Amino acid sequence: MATAIDVKPETVTLNNDEILRYSRHLIMPEVGMEGQLKLKAAKVLCVGAGGLGSPLALYLGAAGVGTLGIVDFDVVDFTNLQRQIIHTTADVGRKKLDSAAEKIKAINPFVNIRKIDTRLSSENALELFKEFDIIADGTDNFPTRYLTNDACVLSGKPNVYASIFRFEGQASVFATKDGPCYRCLYPEPPPPGLVPSCAEGGVLGILPGLLGVIQATEVIKLILKTGDPLIGRLLLVDALGMKFRELKLRKNPDCPVCGKNPTIKELIDYNEFCGIRGEEMPVETTNADISVEELKRRLDAGDDLFVLDVREPHEYQICNINGHLIPLGDLPKRVNELDPNKEIVAHCRSGARSAKAADFLRNAGFHNVHNLAGGILAWADRIDPKMAKY
Amino acid sequence: MTKIHIPTPLRQYTGKQAAVEVKASNIGEALSGLVTSHPDLRRHLYTDEGKLRAFVNVYLNDEDVRYLQKEATSVSDGDNISIVPSIAGGR
Ligand SMILES: [Zn+2]
Repeated sequence: MATAIDVKPETVTLNNDEILRYSRHLIMPEVGMEGQLKLKAAKVLCVGAGGLGSPLALYLGAAGVGTLGIVDFDVVDFTNLQRQIIHTTADVGRKKLDSAAEKIKAINPFVNIRKIDTRLSSENALELFKEFDIIADGTDNFPTRYLTNDACVLSGKPNVYASIFRFEGQASVFATKDGPCYRCLYPEPPPPGLVPSCAEGGVLGILPGLLGVIQATEVIKLILKTGDPLIGRLLLVDALGMKFRELKLRKNPDCPVCGKNPTIKELIDYNEFCGIRGEEMPVETTNADISVEELKRRLDAGDDLFVLDVREPHEYQICNINGHLIPLGDLPKRVNELDPNKEIVAHCRSGARSAKAADFLRNAGFHNVHNLAGGILAWADRIDPKMAKY
Repeated sequence: MTKIHIPTPLRQYTGKQAAVEVKASNIGEALSGLVTSHPDLRRHLYTDEGKLRAFVNVYLNDEDVRYLQKEATSVSDGDNISIVPSIAGGR
């Protein structure tokens, strides 16, 4: 199998407590003492301690991977708990790194956990990847996905990949010596806004579990050098249909990073490459924005404002401020429902979609359009604390 | 008839259908049949210049059409076409 990973089982030993703990591995020929020592000698880096990272890190820790690095800079919040099973209700507000490390240690005190409290960047990725044998990509945005891939190719580390959306997932093993990389599959990211993020599109809570466990399985197989890894194959998982399909991936000779004449020889600016400030970044405020306080004041004063809600109907059911509902995607064909002479306040959940809606309306000849800064979440925070947040 | 599998992010443009059947002799015809019956899908699959977008991969059964004859790749009854866009979610 053509992977660059080269762990040194001769450098480690198991004590009697570890032998007992790993007995179900030790008695199977595919692992055995030799395999278990390989696991202990292995260093795996999990990028992200979120939906995919939760089951991934828990299983790798339980299985006896000797050194587990986790890169994360985020804090646990209530909306994480529906799927990020490494964190508990009591962890809300704590660093995900601390919460994750504590759970892994509780399962297996023999794991050496390296907490890397930073955002993975072009400045630190190569240096960091050098210290690990395998990188598992559990991030949630295109810039970090391309960064992880390129850094894996440039440092010769396999990239165990999975991504999820609603109830569908993809998994593969990229950047092995002779196998394709993520860029062979997708040379370019989609333009910002065309593919919704999990925060916008939602995700079935069990789905990262399913995909994260597939990632953990691939990591273990690479370390043990056993079985058929997902190299050159893209696994598609459809949890609703419960269908697993597989597509062939080829190494693209013209790939900009792993091809015959690569044009990318060092890490680049991935936010610029993806044309975004980052999917979850708050939208810049402009003069055309209106604050929730201002909106409240003007509605109370009886001003003739038309409140346009550009979220989806199922979001409207969670909470609303009596706006006229036209989902952003339907706006072009339903724009005739709106009066160009009226003053319009567009809002969504946090302000990103309504900014697009406001731009669209201004281009369509509406002169008096505002975007509600911070969306209905700001309204719930600052005007109506009884309102449900999501 | 050839079945085109529609990925979740694009189903909002096909009236929530997970698969659409088209009559076509090659990949290009199949996709243009698809966007003709579901016009909202067009800008997600094609650039303004009418080229297939780089982040949308099209597979005939389990083969990437970029490694076959691209849009000229012929299809027959019972073939499965899959549109596989990149997704990034993980948290
Ligand atoms: Zn490549």
